[in-house]
Order: sequence, then C-alpha cells, then structure tokens
Amino acid sequence: MSWAGPDDIFLSTSLATYLDTNVVLEGACERVIVGDLYCDIPLGLYVIRGENVVIIGELDLEKEELPSRMNPVSEDEIKRAQKAEREATDLKGSMRKRMEFLDFD
Amino acid sequence: MLFFSYFKDLVGREVTVELKNDLAIRGTLHSVDQYLNIKLENTRVVDQDKYPHMLSVRNCFIRGSVVRYVQLPPEEVDIELLHDATRREAR
Repeated sequence: MSWAGPDDIFLSTSLATYLDTNVVLEGACERVIVGDLYCDIPLGLYVIRGENVVIIGELDLEKEELPSRMNPVSEDEIKRAQKAEREATDLKGSMRKRMEFLDFD
Repeated sequence: MLFFSYFKDLVGREVTVELKNDLAIRGTLHSVDQYLNIKLENTRVVDQDKYPHMLSVRNCFIRGSVVRYVQLPPEEVDIELLHDATRREAR
C-alpha cells in the first residue's frame, strides 16, 4: 500500500519496488474514500515519482482493511460523491469569504 | 547529520509523527536514514475515524520530506544536550 498526496490518492498493490522512494506498482488500484463510501478503481502498472510519495505502509492481511461501517460503491457513484463534497467545501469557503468582507468584530 | 544521529539514538522509542497533510501516526521508531525517512512499527493512526485508510497497516515507511513534526516523549529529550549540539552545528 502506498499513499501519495496531495490529491489523496491511495493505492493498493501486491508488488512494489522502490529506489530513493520512486515506486513501481504492479496491479495498482486507487481507493477513493468519501465519508463512509469507498471504491477501488484498478489502474494497472504505475510508476510514481518519489517526491509525491507520503507513506508506504505494509498491510497486515489478518486485520480489517476498512472499518465495517464503510460501504463499497461503483465508480460513478463515488465520483458523484466526490463532486458533492468538493462543492460543499467550495460553498463553505465562499461563504466565509463573504463574512470576512463584512468584517465582524 | 545531527538529527540523523539523534534519531538513531531514539530507535525503539514510541513517537508520534505528524505529517504535512495533518495525518498523525503513532508507532515505535524502527529506523531512520540520511534523508530522515522514518520506518515505524506497531503503527496506529491517532484519529482512526477521520483516516480509515490505514486501519490494517502495522509497519510503515514515511518519506522524510512529508514530516511536519516528530513528537517525542519528554523524558527522552535532554534539552541542554540538544541545545549545545545544535549551537555547535550552526557554527
């Protein structure tokens, strides 16, 4: 497993090699998590430049990978959920900017 | 070099690594290298509910460039020694 920021891409794979933390992943899949929903999108062979790598974690196969509350959904559904979350944060951001303009003391 | 040597002496201690993306990870310091990349054992994320990604990760490698803080137990830190060493290093 490796986690590359800043777009919060979370990749799971069965084989990895690295040198100066450049990573080659075989059978990679991207796990997108939005709230309690998640989706694994297969990516195939991936080469990651080391400067983008945040964590490389070893999965304990006996442990649960995700909390039981999480539900798997399809790719389309997770993309819709991501869009909704992005719009919600944008809205919050723009509202805050409007409040700052009013300059409450 | 100074902090590389310092972390080498701290191998085996419980530390909390806070990353620049606000993720905080607690674990036993297994090893460190010249880039201050950190390998942790017995890993657990501090706020598990907010970051469910790493529930089954027990050992991990953290790239040095993404670390914001390494939180150490205060008993392990000799402030005077560090102060003198960093002053010498700065010269």
